[in-house]
Amino acid sequence: MSNDDNTRDAAADKQRPDPFQPDAAIDADPLATLPDGGEPDQAFGRGEGVGTAKEVEGLSQGQIVWDRFIRHKGAMGGVIALALIALLALTSLGVFGIPGWWRIQNYNASGDVVNGAAPTLTLWPFSLGEHPFGQDDIGRDNFALVMKGIQTSLMVMLVMGFITVLIGVTIGALSGYYRGKTDTFLMRFTDLIITLPVIVMGAVLGKLINTLPDKMNWSYAVTQAIRDNLPLLLAIMLGLVLWTGLARLVRSEFLTLREREFVDAARVAGASDWRIISKHILPNAVGVIIVNTTLTMSAAVVLEAALSFLGFGVKPPSVSLGMLISQYQGAFATRPWLFWWPGVFIILIALSINFIGDGLRDAFDPRTKKIPSQRQMDKAMAEIAAGNSSAEAAK
Amino acid sequence: MLRFIARRLAIAIGLLLVLSLLIYWLLDIAMDPLDDLRTSPALNRDQLIELRVQSLGLDQPWYQRYFTWLTNFVRGDFGVAWRTGQRVNDLLGGAALTSIQLVFAATMIALILGVTIGLLSALRQYTTFDYAITFMSFVLYALPIFWVAVLLKQYLAIGVNDYLNNPVLNWPAVIILSVVSGLFWAGAIAVGLKRQAIVFGCAFAVTLGSLVYILTSDWLQNPRIGVVGVAVIGLAVAYAVTLIFSGINNRRALYAALTTAVVGVISYIGLQWLFYYVPMSELWMIGLLVVAVAIACLIGWLWGGPDRAVSMRGAAVVAVLISVVVYVDRVLQGWQIYMNASAINRRPVATIGSQTPNLGGDFWITQLDKWTHLLLPTIALVLISFAGYTRYQRGSMLEVMNQDYIRTARAKGLSERLVIVRHALRNALLPLASIVPVDFITMIGGAVITETIFNWAGMGRLFVTSLYGSEIDPVMAYIMITGALAMMANLVADFLYGILDPRIRVNA
Repeated sequence: MSNDDNTRDAAADKQRPDPFQPDAAIDADPLATLPDGGEPDQAFGRGEGVGTAKEVEGLSQGQIVWDRFIRHKGAMGGVIALALIALLALTSLGVFGIPGWWRIQNYNASGDVVNGAAPTLTLWPFSLGEHPFGQDDIGRDNFALVMKGIQTSLMVMLVMGFITVLIGVTIGALSGYYRGKTDTFLMRFTDLIITLPVIVMGAVLGKLINTLPDKMNWSYAVTQAIRDNLPLLLAIMLGLVLWTGLARLVRSEFLTLREREFVDAARVAGASDWRIISKHILPNAVGVIIVNTTLTMSAAVVLEAALSFLGFGVKPPSVSLGMLISQYQGAFATRPWLFWWPGVFIILIALSINFIGDGLRDAFDPRTKKIPSQRQMDKAMAEIAAGNSSAEAAK
Repeated sequence: MLRFIARRLAIAIGLLLVLSLLIYWLLDIAMDPLDDLRTSPALNRDQLIELRVQSLGLDQPWYQRYFTWLTNFVRGDFGVAWRTGQRVNDLLGGAALTSIQLVFAATMIALILGVTIGLLSALRQYTTFDYAITFMSFVLYALPIFWVAVLLKQYLAIGVNDYLNNPVLNWPAVIILSVVSGLFWAGAIAVGLKRQAIVFGCAFAVTLGSLVYILTSDWLQNPRIGVVGVAVIGLAVAYAVTLIFSGINNRRALYAALTTAVVGVISYIGLQWLFYYVPMSELWMIGLLVVAVAIACLIGWLWGGPDRAVSMRGAAVVAVLISVVVYVDRVLQGWQIYMNASAINRRPVATIGSQTPNLGGDFWITQLDKWTHLLLPTIALVLISFAGYTRYQRGSMLEVMNQDYIRTARAKGLSERLVIVRHALRNALLPLASIVPVDFITMIGGAVITETIFNWAGMGRLFVTSLYGSEIDPVMAYIMITGALAMMANLVADFLYGILDPRIRVNA
């Protein structure tokens, strides 16, 4: 490994939280010193990890993470919001050829303009009306368009996430585990991709899949197949650009983990490289991977929208939220709803995923503590004070 | 050290070469310079196609064209944008300057705002203020910039312009703004319910008062700061800077800052004559700023005392801030002429372009014109990137505040101000050294969208239009410049970090 890599590792190491860092939350946690029922094997004092040890006693790593995640209000809010949005989009327009409950299934069909094309959605009393999100100038139903756009965004997000994990983990793991020449080569390749802003690379690749059919004069069937699956192809292309951050993180994680004793133990026991990577190191790096992938996915939603906005992404007849905004930005003064709804859903999706990512990060972070509310703190303090005074009275 | 830099530079150039090859190949596949001719109804279509293939050298294989391009590029000839016949070198000069102007302004503002708010949020960890800031930064983080930009155009630009021509006071908006300001200050600087209530009341009253004054008097029609304004702002700045940097008990520092403020006010009056008789330029501005800082340092040195450096530093900061106020005042003096110019037509907040064509006017009018054009794109860029800095600064500040040396500093009886400013903040700012250079370059890339929406003739727009028009030379020039800048930024970041943080060694 070359020397300048050392510098970078050190810088990266510095930014990563140190698991042995004493946390002020414990020291300040009055619950840690609560006089309890006097069980004999109870840990006492204000020492480090006293409160934590009991909290996680007898639980597996997965259970601890899951418990923390469930407790995280922001993350739960994100999960619920995302689930509701996905449910709405998937059931209203249907998916995999199964029709949904919304009466306009052909989202590109124009129709008669009703009610001056204004939205008919009323919240109280709740009713959807003819066209809840309004219509555009040729009478296309905005609700159906937006729902289709959400489906596209979610699909792009999932496919992109899958490809990012596939490439990022493979390159990061190989690079961190084998070090030496492999590492140098793979990291130089990563540097190459990371040099350009993702939107620039994305634009070039987006342009590529958009012009290829015409330029190569492919047969009608192939051209049509590409047109129909444009969002999918775009998602794959974006995945090919966005894996770099994950690869670097996984590499630095592998660099640390491969020096640990359990890896030596596995090697002595005769485990193959593949087995060590997949069974021993990877499960320990799974937190970093999950958290980073989640955050990348939210970036991907916005990136896809931006590319479609610039005209290098999804094109009609396919629909995406960014494309809708781009198409209707001129109509903002006359039909603002055409602009508002897609934007609101992009923000909601990206926001929910960000919150989920934040919750996951807290859940995987061993330093995270349950923060007692002010009322709990006051109560605990009062109990301690009461306990002390009664103890003094007993003397 | 030299070996380290040379090594990194060699690697960077090598990477850039490979990158250019890769991108040229991709672009060659992606671009279709014949697309308009293919569907052309012209009778001599085949002839036209033949002509274009000849002129662009499309009959050669791509690697041959790449080598031609590369040899020209190394010689400093960036090629031609063939649809308009313009040379890329001419296009790039103006575009790069425009982009850097935009991104630099946005990065600076985002950085200052983000660091301040992140710091406050960290100091008020787990309060409602902290949660509100965290939530807000999440929302801003998720905002698509193109969406925000369109909203800004619609509401801010058109709204402000309409308001200037037909001022009707919007009471609910004014009151909501005042309440938000009150809540912000109460959460940011006060602890305890009673103090918070007092701060809330004060901030609410001040905001409401100044908003109503600005909106109901003719201040907006004829904005100015004036000698009284400069004096008030100068003294307040002197006081605040001393409070933050050296503590109000350091009398010499306070007097140095106040003296600087007074000298600033006096020179404000003198400068008006200078500005009137001598035509100004950017060079003059920089020169005057340097003079101001030098005078401030002198004042700080003269007040002296055991630690001259503290007084000098405080005075210099005050001088820079007062210079900015004087500059803003002079620029605003041209407001009415600017508003009534025929090219502006009383709609000053611009939505497209980086300058008004055929405006005319002296240096100050063009400066004002530049700022009105910078306003919207800068706000859009700041909104997006400021969230990231807030999160980052909050995290790094929290990590530092848990360190042992902070406990030591507190234990030896330092004031909380000293602990935060001198021990915590300095260390919490360290990681930014490795982030800001890289971010600056990413922003130049991110400005692709902003420039497209606001019609700025910058690098990003050049990239988008050229990619759209299948012109390979301008796109390659953009890629090479962005790539080179990104690599330089990485190098600078590593280097800076190595210098600032003794724990990281830059060894060759």
